[in-house]
Amino acid sequence: MIRAHKLSKRFGDKRVLEGLELEVPRGGFVLVTGPNGSGKTTLLRLCAGLTAPTGGELEVDAPRRSIGFLAHEPLVYRELTALENLDLYGRLYRIPERRERCGAMLERFGLWRSRNERAGTFSRGMLQRLAICRSFLHDPDLLLLDEPFDGLDTEGAKMLYLKLAEHGSTALVATHDPKSLASRATARLALA
Amino acid sequence: MSGYAADVATLARKDLLLELRSRDTLPAMLLFVVSALTVFHFALPEDSSVRAETGLLWIAIVFTALLGLTRAFAPEREGGLLDGLVLAPCDRSAIWAGKTIGVMAFLVLAELVALPAFALFFHSLSWELLAAVALADVGIAAIGTLLAAIAAASRARELLLPLLFLPLAIPVVIGGVGASVAANPGSFLGFLGLYDAVFAILSWASFEYIITE
Repeated sequence: MIRAHKLSKRFGDKRVLEGLELEVPRGGFVLVTGPNGSGKTTLLRLCAGLTAPTGGELEVDAPRRSIGFLAHEPLVYRELTALENLDLYGRLYRIPERRERCGAMLERFGLWRSRNERAGTFSRGMLQRLAICRSFLHDPDLLLLDEPFDGLDTEGAKMLYLKLAEHGSTALVATHDPKSLASRATARLALA
Repeated sequence: MSGYAADVATLARKDLLLELRSRDTLPAMLLFVVSALTVFHFALPEDSSVRAETGLLWIAIVFTALLGLTRAFAPEREGGLLDGLVLAPCDRSAIWAGKTIGVMAFLVLAELVALPAFALFFHSLSWELLAAVALADVGIAAIGTLLAAIAAASRARELLLPLLFLPLAIPVVIGGVGASVAANPGSFLGFLGLYDAVFAILSWASFEYIITE
């Protein structure tokens, strides 16, 4: 589903990725590890098509609508409520039975009672839960998750484990804590 | 409603809702335009020409629009939200179209206060002036939104946007003043219409390349 050959990315003079080889088959669950600045986030952004490589080849066999991207930022509007944020993305992704789906996701990640509260009033953990709801809302075939457990409490982390366990999609997960997802992972990519 | 129109409506509605909640942009635009017209009222001599008065109105409109454009991509910029919109499966030009409608709505609302204030301070409004303002709003919002997106990606955005926008707004001022005071307003209105068409098509077609690397 993802194939990278001699993939490189530079920002000016700064070399972030150089000659990366990667193959993620359909259904694969790859953990991307490495120290800060090793290019984990850049790799996810490249796979999402949010930035272009400066060298090499990258093939991602997934249309935009089937990519679920969880970034460092929650990518939600602070002035909109949790429900309004999901509804916005639901409309743009043309999700059938959008309202029910948004409600079900909020319920699943423990945000239903806060559905009419503005995202700007949420704690870091609640924002991460909302971001997870947004990423999974359209039932993506390819998950690109950047530190998905950041800010989550034990309950939130458990909810995400369960969701990842039942979700059979291909995934590329950047994490500083590979042990927590070791049982789900099919491969591991260590960036230097 | 077609898929594209529905996406544009969704994105425009989002911008209007954000402004309704935050009230960041419109109050600033209103305060600026009324203040500018008040200053012009006291700065101009009693026997000032219609051309001078109308010219100052257009300057006030252009700078009010610039104020709105500075904030156009603020919510997306602050939360990195443009990534979320770019990843959505909608046509990326719908992001521009939705934002343009939002910018135009704020500008029209500011003018609903500014034009009566102008009539109060200076002279009555002609239909030519109103037609020119309506046409200018389309062009200003179309090209301004594109330039605001370019500037939003830059660290020097506060400096870059005026540098890009003001030279391109000069034809709007020429067309607007011409339509308001010249003997043949039709040709100036036609000029503004052409400006709208050229820059709307250009902005619509190029937006995807602007927001993706």
